[in-house]
Amino acid sequence: MTSSGSTSSRATVLDGIRRAHNRGPLDAQAQEVLRQGIKTPGSRVVPARAQGDHAHHLALFAEMAQAVAATLVRVDGWAGVPEAVADYLKGHNLPTDLAVAPDPRLDGLAGHGLFTVRRGPALPQDVVGVAAAFGGIAETGTLMLVSGPDTPTSLNFLPDVHVVVVAASDIGGTYEEAWARLRLRYPATLPRTVNLITGPSRTGDIEQTIQLGAHGPRRLHIVLVDDRAQA
Amino acid sequence: MEQSTSHTFKENAHKAIDDANLRVSLQTMKTGFRAKRSAAVAKLPEFEALRDEGKRLKDHVLANLDFYLEAFEAKVLEQGGHVHWCATAEDARQAVLTICRDHNARTVTKGKSMIAEELGLNAFLEREGVTPIETDLGEYIIQLRHEPPSHIVAPALHVRKEAVADAFRATHTHLAPDRDLSEPRQLLDEARSELRDKFLAADIGITGANALIAETGSTIIVTNEGNGDLTQLLPKVHVVIASLEKVVPTLEDATTILRLLARSATGQEFSSYTTFSTGPRRPEDTDGPEEFHVILLDNGRTKMLGSEFEEMLRCIRCGACMNHCPVYGAVGGHAYGWVYPGPMGSVLTPALIGIENAAPLPNASTLCGRCEAVCPMKIPLPRMLRDWREREFAAKLTPDRQRWGLQLWAFAATRPALYRLGTRLVARMMALAGGRRGRLSTLPLAAAWTQSRDMPTPRGETFMDLYRRRSSSTSQAATGKKG
Repeated sequence: MTSSGSTSSRATVLDGIRRAHNRGPLDAQAQEVLRQGIKTPGSRVVPARAQGDHAHHLALFAEMAQAVAATLVRVDGWAGVPEAVADYLKGHNLPTDLAVAPDPRLDGLAGHGLFTVRRGPALPQDVVGVAAAFGGIAETGTLMLVSGPDTPTSLNFLPDVHVVVVAASDIGGTYEEAWARLRLRYPATLPRTVNLITGPSRTGDIEQTIQLGAHGPRRLHIVLVDDRAQA
Repeated sequence: MEQSTSHTFKENAHKAIDDANLRVSLQTMKTGFRAKRSAAVAKLPEFEALRDEGKRLKDHVLANLDFYLEAFEAKVLEQGGHVHWCATAEDARQAVLTICRDHNARTVTKGKSMIAEELGLNAFLEREGVTPIETDLGEYIIQLRHEPPSHIVAPALHVRKEAVADAFRATHTHLAPDRDLSEPRQLLDEARSELRDKFLAADIGITGANALIAETGSTIIVTNEGNGDLTQLLPKVHVVIASLEKVVPTLEDATTILRLLARSATGQEFSSYTTFSTGPRRPEDTDGPEEFHVILLDNGRTKMLGSEFEEMLRCIRCGACMNHCPVYGAVGGHAYGWVYPGPMGSVLTPALIGIENAAPLPNASTLCGRCEAVCPMKIPLPRMLRDWREREFAAKLTPDRQRWGLQLWAFAATRPALYRLGTRLVARMMALAGGRRGRLSTLPLAAAWTQSRDMPTPRGETFMDLYRRRSSSTSQAATGKKG
């Protein structure tokens, strides 16, 4: 809520910038031009690969995510999510105690007989976390998750296994599309945390050998929900 | 500030070249980072256009830096965060310490931050009774080994896995001494489990920032391990330390930089985790830090604005310049003696700690131009290295013998007749001295050069003489044909 360090440091820095440019503070008109620039971000260089129709975006999203060692399954409608999660966990011999985001779209998991479900942020001992994404970006196979009471950030980092459910209708081609959606949904201020997640945690810090599962999740499993038919 | 040995680059480099382990590590870098970058760039036809866009963007920001910093500050405050303006490294250290004191902090987890290295933050906090814990695997390794990073992206690039195992055995003494640590996987798993409790227990988390966004007041970190996220998520306080030039206007502008960064650094399309932090946790949130502080560090950067080194402030710290530098590839990062190695370091270090403390660095380059060719922000590194050399010469920081040599050469070079006479004499003398062998095994004033090879002697004729003779014979031949 405060700007500090010291007020003199602030003045020293700003004066230093202005002196270097041989000018005082920008005049009102120049400031207004820059303010408008912030409000209306112009067009940018966008990779051609991220153009195309929605089917292309879904295919590209799946391809790019799997290229960075995420696994992905497509299910038809939200009702298919619990079974898809169960199949994945059984297939990899993983525990069925789940920490699940309070997002109402994930309510179905509690009803599935296989799971013991706790809703809320992750605890240190949680092995499997299930989260719902705000969207996906086909360009690089990237998930976008935002913090909030229904979507605690700790689920994305503490558990060993990160299962993310994302609606096909929320997948776009580019980051720019994702920003536009985000501004529309959160016009006043961004959520505290916006995570762009591209594959599971990894490191190359020992002899440049890539190892998965550094400090974050060892596995990232994406459940892509085809919700277009219902929409 | 972090202590420097940049002034002894030459001695440092000699030692580095004799280090067999370092040679192996640097070889891995050349085959790894370089090949991965070039594959990633080849997959994105728009890469060149993005470089131009990145350059334009940063030039615009630097020209209006005061405006964007104030806009960023206003947004952070609006969301209940704190901004600390720090003109010097000492201001920044004190700002961090005050936050630690306010929360009675005993341990601080840290994400990877080059600014923290610049501040010498770990040593400072330890002196003040606060325990800093590096959580990036590479940073953790070098913290245990009590040494600085040797690369800005891969801090433990110089450490081989056997040495990592030694450091872990020496530190994690509560584990079985005969455990198997022969593979990177085992080392990683041990670090993961050792650090997990530290993440949970820390009072404060400190991260750097790859960018600051004026539009939203957000800070961005780009990581692969997830350590930065655990660092800023679990403690009650999140402190971001960032230098001024990291600010960009909008989310879209940050995107331009993000599209360039991972591809240039590790050859990834995108890093695993790119995280935008905006203010502290909201009242309805169930996790996240209760306080959010941004430390804005100048430490010499405003002095670079408007100078011939302003363009260095476009740097996004990808490390591509050092990955492709023949000098870095031979001596590694430690030889450079301060926080930032390689070509970007040789330009930035003199600006931040003074050319008088870093004089040899601008000479640690063959000016081959690969650094500029791969720089995603198109920074003219070779040009700036030459500018530093000029300043170094003007400030009389070059060794006397080199200065006299250059002055003598300049005297002759501006007098063509004298110069030609001189070269003709020297060429003849060398030819005589070389005799039938045609080689010299020692040369006065160039012992270092002849130490590892012989100097082939000239054939007794200078280039100018040869050129004149040949061109007159060809022109005669041409005239002959016509006639």
